[in-house]
Amino acid sequence: MSMTRDEALKIYETMVRIRTFDETAAALFEAGELPGFVHPYSGEEAIAAGVCSELTKDDCVCSTHRGHGHIIAKGADTKRMMAELFGKVSGYSGGKSGSMHIADFSLGIIGANGIVAADIVVANGVAFALQYQEKDAVCVAFFGDGASNRGPFHEGLNLAATWDLPTIFVCENNNFASTTARKTAMRIERIAERAAAYGMTGVTIDGNDPIAVKHAVRAARDRMKRGGGQTLIEAVTWRHHQHFVGDRHVYKNPEEQERWLSDEMDPIPRFERVLAARGLAGAADFADVKKRAEEELAAAVAFAKADAYPSAETLTDCVYREG
Amino acid sequence: MTFDEALNDALLVEMRRDSSVVVIGEDVELKQAALFKEFGARRVRNTPISEAQIIGLAVGSAAMGLRPVTCMSFSDFLCCCFDEIVNQAAKMSYMLGGQTHLPLVVRCSTGAGIRAAAQHSQSLESVFAQFPGLKVAVPSTPEKAKGLLAQAIRDDNPVIFFEHKLLGRMEGEVPAGEYTLPFGRADVVREGDGVTLVAWGRMVPICLDAAARLSAQGTEAEVIDVMTLTPFDEETVLASVRKTGRCVVAHEAVLHGGFGGEVAARVAEKAFASLKGPVKRVGAPFSPVPFSPPLEDAWIPGADCVVEAIQELL
Repeated sequence: MSMTRDEALKIYETMVRIRTFDETAAALFEAGELPGFVHPYSGEEAIAAGVCSELTKDDCVCSTHRGHGHIIAKGADTKRMMAELFGKVSGYSGGKSGSMHIADFSLGIIGANGIVAADIVVANGVAFALQYQEKDAVCVAFFGDGASNRGPFHEGLNLAATWDLPTIFVCENNNFASTTARKTAMRIERIAERAAAYGMTGVTIDGNDPIAVKHAVRAARDRMKRGGGQTLIEAVTWRHHQHFVGDRHVYKNPEEQERWLSDEMDPIPRFERVLAARGLAGAADFADVKKRAEEELAAAVAFAKADAYPSAETLTDCVYREG
Repeated sequence: MTFDEALNDALLVEMRRDSSVVVIGEDVELKQAALFKEFGARRVRNTPISEAQIIGLAVGSAAMGLRPVTCMSFSDFLCCCFDEIVNQAAKMSYMLGGQTHLPLVVRCSTGAGIRAAAQHSQSLESVFAQFPGLKVAVPSTPEKAKGLLAQAIRDDNPVIFFEHKLLGRMEGEVPAGEYTLPFGRADVVREGDGVTLVAWGRMVPICLDAAARLSAQGTEAEVIDVMTLTPFDEETVLASVRKTGRCVVAHEAVLHGGFGGEVAARVAEKAFASLKGPVKRVGAPFSPVPFSPPLEDAWIPGADCVVEAIQELL
């Protein structure tokens, strides 16, 4: 797949901004400055950046508890995201959602979701509306390997194929469902095989290669447009952190963890080498992107810290839409 | 027009009025044959038996501007999509800070009395009345079935709509054309000064039966049909209790933990000084619904139970 320097750098920048956001959030949480939970996306950035590089503003995404990456890649404002993580009034939900339920409808971000696999059936609902309204757009459902063991995954894939819904299913197989290793939770090796059961195409790709991800999403959209049906993309990756920041359980093989976190496997240095080899960007560009991401996040944290908490009088606002 | 015909009429009128209304669910193409004939599979569509996905469809499409009406054959099946109703539909507007709202309806048949045993006979309205973000409507007549369903479709929030199986063939006058009844406004269906009977759904005609029997004995009962548990019209109930001084709440659901306890508590908290005796509750025994006809008949709280509860107060 050919890419311009701008396209390539945009994907790289998205990956770096996601990493910087979640490492910043993780550090704030470790320092006791953030309430709640943080599920860092670090290590999986190539998937969100690659998928969203193929999406238009009319396309929608439904996300997961580990959703910061998807939301940033779809264009969300990190200031408002960080304010939401702090529970502040300028956050995306005015402090009502925290990390796990951030949305921006103006950008097609229909929301992250705290229930594993729940976003799959909601994404089909979004896709059904797009189809009903005859819009030329798709909805991407992000979910993990663990979600593919839940009922909504199976109900969702079956319906999407049967109704020919414009849904693209992106399974981020990071090899762990909370602390449980994928291998101990399913008999099969490749989650993409499950697509065949529903009459759709299943592909397994290198989830740490944003170009492979981008290519798979483009192919999925093309296939759908040609009448070739839906696609389940299994993007194999590894989460750098534990399930959430502060999780002290020991369940990862230290050698595997070290290997996936090495420069050889980490999606960001990997992509730097690709960009350099193709002559699209070099060390100065990478340093510049990282510096700007650090500045962006420093500003986001300062914004969030200075922001006010919501007042108690707003506690029951938005339970119902009146009128 | 029967209760079931009134429900279909509400859908027909609302679908003609608003092209964003769609009907999705189990067997709707056959069960809503008139709608299917007029609107086709684009707007009246059978789904697989996939309850989680049916409500997921409603949540996602409502967030995008449609007004989906979903049909669950039996309210018991709501247990197969509890997450989608409780964690998704009820909370999405709130969690997203009001960025979206979900104008969706979940229709389901409810209640015992057709020998359908424990998994096709429950009354679960109290369960869903517990969740902020949901509205719960329970019609008792054909007219109310039409008015409340039309209102549910127009409401901008998720509505769980319970239709009692034994009311389906009930006949009654139903206004033609567009007709809605507001949520959160109880209906005093019979006036009286001796005791207040609070009920909803099929328990309303049962309470009217009980009231007629009491009238022969010299006590006039005031019967209130609350129509929606959420929002709950507390004022109409309290005003009646202040007049009568006695209150009985009757529902078909299991007594233990039922919404009758909520009504009783509010009356005790806010109209205690008017009470001449304890608030009494009528509900089903603490067991699943049994199959065998004599057992099921014994399980369903009827007019005898209501009369007995009132006589204990007099």
